[in-house]
Amino acid sequence: MLEIRDLHVSVEDKEILKGVNLVIPKGEIHAIMGRNGSGKSTLSYVMAGKSGYEITKGEIILDGVNILDMEPNERASAGLFLAFQYPIEIPGVATMTFLKAAMNAQRKARGEEELSTPDFMREVKQAAKMLEIDNKMLKRALNVGFSGGEKKRAEILQMALLKPKMCVFDETDSGLDIDALRIVSQGVNALRDANRSMLVITHYQRLLNYIIPDVVHVFSNGKIVKSGDKSLALELEEKGYAQYDESAA
Amino acid sequence: MPAVKETIDQVKEIDLEKYKYGFETDIKSDKAPKGLSEDIVRFISAKKDEPEWMLEWRLDAYKRWLTMDEPDWAKLDYPKIDFNDIYFYSAPKSTPGPKSLDEVDPDLLETYKKLGIPLSEQAVLAGVEGAKIAVDAVFDSVSVVTTFREELAKSGIIFCSISEAIKEHPDLIKKYLGSVVPVTDNYYSTLNCAVFTDGSFVYIPKGVRCPMELSTYFRINEKNTGQFERTLIIAEEDTYVSYLEGCTAPMRDENQLHAAVVELVALENAEIKYSTVQNWYPGNKEGVGGIYNFVTKRGDCRGDNSKISWTQVETGSAITWKYPSCILRGDGSRGEFYSIAISNGYQQIDSGTKMIHLGKNTSSKVIAKGIAAGFSDNTYRGLISAHKKAKNARNFTQCDSLLIGDKCGAHTIPYIEAKNSSVIFEHEATTSKISDEQMFYCQQRGLNEEEAVALIVNGFVRDVLQHLPMEFMVETQKLINISLEGSVG
Repeated sequence: MLEIRDLHVSVEDKEILKGVNLVIPKGEIHAIMGRNGSGKSTLSYVMAGKSGYEITKGEIILDGVNILDMEPNERASAGLFLAFQYPIEIPGVATMTFLKAAMNAQRKARGEEELSTPDFMREVKQAAKMLEIDNKMLKRALNVGFSGGEKKRAEILQMALLKPKMCVFDETDSGLDIDALRIVSQGVNALRDANRSMLVITHYQRLLNYIIPDVVHVFSNGKIVKSGDKSLALELEEKGYAQYDESAA
Repeated sequence: MPAVKETIDQVKEIDLEKYKYGFETDIKSDKAPKGLSEDIVRFISAKKDEPEWMLEWRLDAYKRWLTMDEPDWAKLDYPKIDFNDIYFYSAPKSTPGPKSLDEVDPDLLETYKKLGIPLSEQAVLAGVEGAKIAVDAVFDSVSVVTTFREELAKSGIIFCSISEAIKEHPDLIKKYLGSVVPVTDNYYSTLNCAVFTDGSFVYIPKGVRCPMELSTYFRINEKNTGQFERTLIIAEEDTYVSYLEGCTAPMRDENQLHAAVVELVALENAEIKYSTVQNWYPGNKEGVGGIYNFVTKRGDCRGDNSKISWTQVETGSAITWKYPSCILRGDGSRGEFYSIAISNGYQQIDSGTKMIHLGKNTSSKVIAKGIAAGFSDNTYRGLISAHKKAKNARNFTQCDSLLIGDKCGAHTIPYIEAKNSSVIFEHEATTSKISDEQMFYCQQRGLNEEEAVALIVNGFVRDVLQHLPMEFMVETQKLINISLEGSVG
């Protein structure tokens, strides 16, 4: 379970997050919707531990532990996964090599044994099949020259293999055509699990037709201004974000 | 060996030091008096029981060296070397010359075992047939053993120490020694001509494809001792040989000098592949100690359609001054240079290559990857030239530098000279930093900072890594990781 308590975050003395409160119980999918510049992506980076953000107040608690003092890799090993809006290129490192390095690093951090190569191959093949990722793509350098769809599928592949407890999707639908969106959503849905929580951050309602959330939160001016069930997303699509600007100010 | 154990324990205590090969072997040695003079040159020659012509050659080089000045054009900063404070000859007392394995001092065998070098033919023979590696082990100034000699001799291949070759194959030595790197080529090579003590000699007779990897492992053990090795490889017509050299030294506070000369001769249709993994002691975190590595390596593609390929992984030494080069004399000959140069701490590297196109339709390829971390300086310096008769000469050069942190420097200094209009030379260069985004991405997937840097660097050098012999690829990847430890944070 994830709990964010009164989170305040500044960048260069400008407050971006102004008291975020959020609870995502085990097994639930929550969506955060908001217009560009509302601080949605900042929230995902702060959760994952990116540097350059000053946390002035608040806590982020994952399974009873405040993760704010942990390094990004420690948070990852504790079960936090962030699917990037713009996945980063790692030249010369084959996707397969990267997957193995990441899986073994997390296992090592948790005091588990390294995966044997046959076990690793089996797991990768299985997950890749679900995401319609072929062998050729696994041999290419991670994200280098990947299309938008390939990049997002590679993100979900990593998530499938790393088996996180808490997944954060930052604008995962951006840059996807309808087919890629379908494949990615299928991948995410296949990973729904009673022990896994998910947070889908998005600008458009479209993605939520494929990944059906339990709860929708409206994000405006650095905090959550309204929460409701999935129908809230449709209402937003129809009426826009303007109605919330007032209440946040 | 209590002394070795003590050294190892001491090394372990200084846990800031990551140099794995920093132990010292406690073995009695036979040394020349410190310093350099005509007498020392005579001493070395006498120790080696050399013929008169060899002594003359050395004395001539010594006289010429006295008139030369130390070059200062490299982007390297180090105090003037005091040549009178160096031992120019040191040999383990028990080993007057290379022998069979049974006769080698067990302490020496133990040293090489600790370095992970297979000196036992039995152990290797028991493995896969294709994985055989013949080794010439050079300890301070002398070759202590050369393995697989008999087996190689069956194909007519000569693989022995250069000292033996001088005595047993004088015609080959007279014909080829100094024919690629002339006696007066440069300050350090001329010094080497005067005082070289040992090294390897390889001769591949016409039409023979060398059935196994040949390698030499150089180890500097004695204090204040310079190592001046000399390697000569001759590949006759229609031959192939792959050769690997590795180097390590104990950790010491003072700087030690290593000035080697390597000459390669490739005749018609011959191919020589020469790989180096250089891991001399680089000095400690504050930049104290470490090897000064001034090396002249040159290959001569003397015959038509011959090929010489240099691959180097440079991770050690306080100072590296090294430009493995190819003279593309034969028509259609080809030169290649693949390099990974990693500097950390206060290391300084000025390294690169020279591709001298003389023949028609000659081609060359240069891929150099420099990685600078800590307070180090890493310079690529390369010359690509074409003579006016070198019609249709082609070169492709790619030079990439990667910076880790903001206290280090990477520099690329290309020299390009084309003296006829049919030449096509291409040069690409990039300089990049490991970005915060890349680091964050890798860390988000669970890699810690050092693992992330190692992974990104291994990706950066991949084009070069794949040119190393299979056996050394994994070892090199590990070496890269060790060399970069402590480079972040």
